[in-house]
Amino acid sequence: MTVAGDVVLQVEDLHKSFGSTEVLKGIDLSVRRGERIAILGSSGSGKSTLLRCLNVLEMPTRGRLILDGEAVGKPAAGGGTRYREAELNRLRARVGMVFQQFNLFPHMTALENVMEGPLSVLGRSRAEARRTAQRHLERVGLGGKAEAHPARLSGGQQQRVAIARALAMDPEVLLFDEPTSSLDPELVGEVLGVINDLSEDGRTMLLVTHELGFAYHFATRILFLHEGRILEDGPPEQVLKSPREERTRRFLDRFTAFRF
Amino acid sequence: MPTITMPELQFGEVFANIDLLLEACGLTLALWAVALAAGLSGGLLVGLARISPRRWIAWPARGYVELFRNTPVLVQLIWFYYALPVLSGIQLPAFAAAALALSLNASAYCAEIYRGGIQSVAAGQWEAGRALGMGRLRLLRRIILPLAVRRMVPAFTNRAVELAKNTSVASIITVHELMYTARLFSSQNYIPMETFTVVAMIYFLLIYPFTLASYALERRFAAGRA
Repeated sequence: MTVAGDVVLQVEDLHKSFGSTEVLKGIDLSVRRGERIAILGSSGSGKSTLLRCLNVLEMPTRGRLILDGEAVGKPAAGGGTRYREAELNRLRARVGMVFQQFNLFPHMTALENVMEGPLSVLGRSRAEARRTAQRHLERVGLGGKAEAHPARLSGGQQQRVAIARALAMDPEVLLFDEPTSSLDPELVGEVLGVINDLSEDGRTMLLVTHELGFAYHFATRILFLHEGRILEDGPPEQVLKSPREERTRRFLDRFTAFRF
Repeated sequence: MPTITMPELQFGEVFANIDLLLEACGLTLALWAVALAAGLSGGLLVGLARISPRRWIAWPARGYVELFRNTPVLVQLIWFYYALPVLSGIQLPAFAAAALALSLNASAYCAEIYRGGIQSVAAGQWEAGRALGMGRLRLLRRIILPLAVRRMVPAFTNRAVELAKNTSVASIITVHELMYTARLFSSQNYIPMETFTVVAMIYFLLIYPFTLASYALERRFAAGRA
């Protein structure tokens, strides 16, 4: 049985290196069901890498990942972890991801993009996949664009289709990797609005973002990453308004340097 | 001043026996069709093996491609007809030896077209599919190949046209296709110029409709993208 407040995702001593560069230097994190976590940090702090390790798009170099009480991967000789592809596919079907660059399938319509996961991963019937896909498109305000190909949609609309595509898998955890960073400023609002509306579902969400104002209103918890470590972890009120660390304060000051 | 006498052209003789040449087109087309079908399907398998993360799959595939791309098709044809029987004791009929050599050769080239096309698909497409929980093969079939094949059409057309002309090499090992028949006919009647002019026209008429069809396919894919 799953209850709101259970630990849904646990990360223990997570390390990730690219070549000789260690990007994540030991992350411990426990995510409770229904939490909305905003991850902040300068570029290069490891926040996107952390998110990508959570659905193992990046293989962690070391450490443990536990989803719903089940450890992912088997310990291998030499201290690492071995991940089997079938196991990772099952994990990723339960941990959704929305990308900075949308990554919609260009040869499919908006509706087909949203149908693809339920159809080819969850094994739903065409009729059922179509029905739920249409519902999710309506949810993100694009019910009328079902037959449009991605090239015919604005960046904001494409990202909303990508959100519908992730929702169609009904994931236990939904990850957003800088979902508005490649959008024109006037399109950011519509995407953040859609993400904000998802709060009412009680779904667990982790969001890497530079939109501090949005993080403040949306998140129940904020992490501040610095040089591959979690430097600050607390409610938005505390982390954003009275950060404990000097580093966090300096980071936040850069966003508020120009006010009018 | 010496006068140059133009030989009297005897196209009438060629056209009187045109049925001989047209009949031979059957084997030319059959060789082409077999090698093209085998090249497109075998090439897909070899191309996928080439990009496998497992070395014991990728390396033999690479060796195969290099072997067949870096030796003349004529040598390959002769090898399968004359050398294979010596080594294995299996004497293939001329048509089978030609079809086998051309198929293996086409597969090697097509494998590289598949590999290049697949690798030209943006990494974000792989990631989006993996993030949905799609396995590698399903992802290839549903997302990557449909995107890649659209870009491969011009390269495949090029290869197919080249292959159609390469079938003429089979005349060397006595396959009675168009080129073999033409050589026989021209040497029996001493009219090589007329014969091979007509033969060139026949090859053009065989191949050009295929090229037109592939242009139409490209246009259809281009329209579907919007």
